[in-house]
Amino acid sequence: MANFSTNEFRPGLKVMLDGDPCSILENEFVKPGKGQAFNRVRMRNLKTGRVWERTFKSGESLEGADVMDRTMEYLYTDGEFWYFMEPDTFEQHQADAKAVGDAYLWLKEQDSCEVTLYNGSPLSVAPANFVELEIVETDPGLKGDTAQGGSKPAKLSTGAVVKVPLFVTTGEVIRVDTRTGEYQNRVSK
Amino acid sequence: MIPVPASTRTGSASKPRSRPWPVSDWRPGATLEQLRQRARLLATIRDFFAARGVLEVETPLLCSRGITDPAIEPLIVRDGQSLAAGPRYLQTSPEYAMKRLLAVGSGPIYQICKAFRDGEAGRRHNPEFTLLEWYRPGVDHHGLMAEVAALVCSCLGERPWQAFSYREAFQRCLQLDPFTAELAELQRAAGQLTDPGTLVGGRDLWLDLLLTHAVEPWLAEQGLCFLYDYPASQAALSRLAQRDGHTVGERFELYIDGVEVANGYHELADAAEQRARFEADNRQREAWGQSPRPLDEALLAALEHGLPAASGVALGLDRLLMLATGETDIRRLLAFSWERS
Repeated sequence: MANFSTNEFRPGLKVMLDGDPCSILENEFVKPGKGQAFNRVRMRNLKTGRVWERTFKSGESLEGADVMDRTMEYLYTDGEFWYFMEPDTFEQHQADAKAVGDAYLWLKEQDSCEVTLYNGSPLSVAPANFVELEIVETDPGLKGDTAQGGSKPAKLSTGAVVKVPLFVTTGEVIRVDTRTGEYQNRVSK
Repeated sequence: MIPVPASTRTGSASKPRSRPWPVSDWRPGATLEQLRQRARLLATIRDFFAARGVLEVETPLLCSRGITDPAIEPLIVRDGQSLAAGPRYLQTSPEYAMKRLLAVGSGPIYQICKAFRDGEAGRRHNPEFTLLEWYRPGVDHHGLMAEVAALVCSCLGERPWQAFSYREAFQRCLQLDPFTAELAELQRAAGQLTDPGTLVGGRDLWLDLLLTHAVEPWLAEQGLCFLYDYPASQAALSRLAQRDGHTVGERFELYIDGVEVANGYHELADAAEQRARFEADNRQREAWGQSPRPLDEALLAALEHGLPAASGVALGLDRLLMLATGETDIRRLLAFSWERS
């Protein structure tokens, strides 16, 4: 991979740092009137998710990281790995629990999601912002109780538990914002 | 309109640019109102100096000698019939030439000119920028700070100003004495501000990091203010003096709302000391893997002849204009920034 100097660090650039792939979030050039110039760089470690600020001497360079974001179709899980497919080449990738993280709570078979590949292997998985999932367990609904805004927990087909309004019942499909885990609305089947 | 030949649009084919200039983007980055504000600022400055009897001068942009400062890289012109005697350096400041004028008795002088520094680009940096530089014989750095504040107030409107010694500012922001703290103490303080990773360097590197990461953000809350009396190792071209048992360089920096705008000196006038500092710079350059620079013998000869006791300051006009207009990115204030030029 090519090397990138601090003056080429731009948001979104992926570089290798201490053996881990990292994404540049912000890059600020600072220089006292005379003396050493620095770049204060906010970055995210793509393996651990840690976000922090590192200071470099201006002009230092880092190796680029072989990191790509791909939209893929989620296929299934065998309990140990989660399998994804590139829709154009039908190439399949297996991701382990570390790469999938909490995303498994929102993965429904045949849904599209973002898979980040590092050296060709899944590094992390991001579900679509909104997913539609079936409720498999919740307390019986209370007809007519649509105005009070009360809520109850509901277990979804993936195992995720979200708060839903009291009138929603088992077997219904709901739309959820995966970034916040919040119920959006019922979806007619 | 004359069409531009395709071959000249993106420079020579042997040196591909990483970001070719989009020819379609031919318009200036600044608004017409900002161009008018720049013109008014220049007029205000010329009026200020005319009223004070300071002479406007011009000196060459292309110089046969560069500077030795390891932290500043010049752009060098190498091609052309006039360069038979060697390459020319685009000036990084007009300092040496103006001192040669002082040495023949010019009296107080000022200049508004372009200066160039390689590799400095960002929200507040353009490799080509405009400097206002002036010299006051018979005045020390405190006297010149007062005049700098008066000039800034005439450009931006009246406002109070303060001055903090380098030592006092570090004691306030970091509870450490920059002249006596151990290296490990400086590194520890830096580690609390940022992840210093694999940074390697001596005291000055760590002091520079603390200055940019902790002191400058504090200065940003102090409005118009000066930082003065720097460690001797950062004296640059200023005189050394004793303060409370420590040797300081009689140098100052002007900050306005956190933006570093000017750097000034109670000027070093001793030719032998100046030569020793040039040589120390060159040793530092070699240690950092940079090529040493030939010394500016004309400046050294002028100091040998005799430079009157004087203070001088270089002020970034583009930054002053940023403050006058409220524009936060220099690229939107220049008619044509580096990317568009």
